[in-house]
Amino acid sequence: MENIAPQLIKVTIDGKEVQVPAGTSILEAARMIGPEVAPPAMCYYKPLKGTGGKCRACLVKVTAGSEKDPRPMPKLVASCITQAQDGMKVENYSSPEVIEARKGVVEFLLINHPLDCPVCDQAGECHLQDFSFEHGTGGTRFEEDRRTFEREDIGDKIQLHMNRCILCYRCVYTADQITNKRVHGVMNRGDHSEISTYISNAIDNDFSGNMIDVCPVGALTDKTYRFKNRVWFSKPVDAHCDCEKCSGKVTLWYRGEEVIRVTARKNQWGEVEEFICNTCRYDRKKTSDWTIEGPMKVARHSVISANKYSNKLVEKPSFALKYAAQNYKEVDDDRPYDKNLSEIKKSEDYKALMAKNEEFFSK
Amino acid sequence: MQLTDRSKKTDKSEMTLLETLYLPEIARGMGITLKHFFMKKPTIRYPEQKRYLGPVFRGHHILKRDEQGRERCTACGLCAVACPAEAISMVAAERVKGEEHLYREEKYAAAYEINMLRCIFCGLCEEACPKEAVYLRHDKFVPVFTSREQVIYGKDQLVEDMNDRYERDAWTKEEMQKLWDKQK
Repeated sequence: MENIAPQLIKVTIDGKEVQVPAGTSILEAARMIGPEVAPPAMCYYKPLKGTGGKCRACLVKVTAGSEKDPRPMPKLVASCITQAQDGMKVENYSSPEVIEARKGVVEFLLINHPLDCPVCDQAGECHLQDFSFEHGTGGTRFEEDRRTFEREDIGDKIQLHMNRCILCYRCVYTADQITNKRVHGVMNRGDHSEISTYISNAIDNDFSGNMIDVCPVGALTDKTYRFKNRVWFSKPVDAHCDCEKCSGKVTLWYRGEEVIRVTARKNQWGEVEEFICNTCRYDRKKTSDWTIEGPMKVARHSVISANKYSNKLVEKPSFALKYAAQNYKEVDDDRPYDKNLSEIKKSEDYKALMAKNEEFFSK
Repeated sequence: MQLTDRSKKTDKSEMTLLETLYLPEIARGMGITLKHFFMKKPTIRYPEQKRYLGPVFRGHHILKRDEQGRERCTACGLCAVACPAEAISMVAAERVKGEEHLYREEKYAAAYEINMLRCIFCGLCEEACPKEAVYLRHDKFVPVFTSREQVIYGKDQLVEDMNDRYERDAWTKEEMQKLWDKQK
C-alpha cells in the first residue's frame, strides 16, 4: 500500500527553514514562515484554483534547486507556481536582484494604470497601491498614451473600469469556479486584452459579487458603494447572519450609524476564504440584519486604521524608514584634521587673537 | 544697586548761561520733533493697508479652479485624513453628463466643509492634496466671527471666484526659495 502521509520537505527562504508537505509552492512555503519573507502577490489567489503566474510580482531567486541538484535556477522564478523541492534555497528580500526585478514589475503593471487613486473607490485597500508603494520606484519612464476604455456596467451592481485592470484573471477564475456558467472573461490578446461580459450579459449568479472582493485593484467595484465614502473614513466591523446560501460571515463598513458596504472577510494575505452571496452583499444593509462580533482587525500601518487608534498603538509603516535608509549618504568627512592646529597657528587672525589675550593664555 | 552698564548718569552740574536761557533748548527739542514729521513711518494704517506676509503665509483656505474654471477638488479625502485637527469633512458625488465644465474629474465634492475653530493652519491639507486643489491663501486671514455657525466654512466661502482669481508669487517650495534668493 502507498504511504498516504504527506511527505515533508525542507525549504530555506531568506535563511529561514520551514518544513512543508511536498507539492507546496514556494510562495505558500514562504507564507508559512510569515509575512516578513512572503513575496507579494497580485494575481495568485489561494482559494481560486489555477490562479498565479500572470503578474510576476512574486518573482524570487532560487540559489539551490534541491538537495539532489543544488544548481541555482538560471532565471528568477514566479514563486506562486513553482513547487518547492527538498533542500531548496530561496532568496526573496535578501536578494538585490529580486528587489530590482520587482521595481521593473511595478513599472510594467503601472504602464496602463491610470493612477486615478483620488477618484478610485479601491484606494486604501488596493493591492497595487501597496505593492507599488513598497516595491516600486517613485517615478515613471513611460511617455506614451495609456490605453483607455469606457467604463462598463457588469450587471446592475458591478462597475468595470477596464482602465484600472491589471489582467490578473482572478475574476475570470472566480466566475469559472464559483458561478455555474461563466458569462465574462478576457477578450482579445496582448495589449488589447480586456475583461468583458460576453455580449454584455448581466451576471445573475448569486455569488457574482465576490469578483469585487477578489479584484486586487479598482477595476471591479461595487456600484452601490460608488463614491459613497473613502475606505479610511468608514469603520469596519465583523458580523455574521444566518444565510441559507452562504456562510454569512462578512465585514460591515459603517459611516456613522449607516452600513454603507458589506464585503467578505479577508485574511492576512488579503484573500477571501468564504465567499458571500449577493443577498448578503447588496440587500442586508441594516444593523438589525446582522449579529456584530466586533471591530475588524486592521493592520496598524494600514490607512484604514487612520484616526481610529491612539498614537501609541500605531506602528509606523516601515517603508519610510526603508526609503531613508536606501537614500542615506555618508557625510564626506575625510578632510584631514590637524590636531596641532599648525595651519591655523600660521594665520594672522590667530596671531592677533593670541596677542590680544596674551594675559589670559600666559597663565 | 547697579543692574546694567547702560544706565546713564544724571548730570547734576550747574547749568551754563545758554542753558539757563531755556528758549534755545526748547527750539532744539522742537527741531527734533519736526524732523520726525518727515521721517519714514514704521507703522501702517492696518485695516486699510496690509503688510505683505511673504508667499508662504498660511491663512484662509481656498479651493482652486483650473484654467477652464472647473473645480479641481475630487473629494479624495486625503486632506481630511492628513488634517491633525480633523477640521475637514466632505461628501463626494458623481459628475453627471453636462457638468463637465464644472468639475474636472468624474467625482467631485458635493459638500466640503472646514471648521475654522478646529483648523490650526498647519498646511498639511495643502501638502496632502494630489490635485493641487486646496491652498491656504497668503493674502487673507480668516475673519473674526461672532457665532459658531459662521465658523464652519462651506464651499460657498472656499471655492475660488473666477472673476477674482487667487494668485501667489510662489506656489512651490522651490519657487519660494528662488524668490528668497532674489530678495537677498
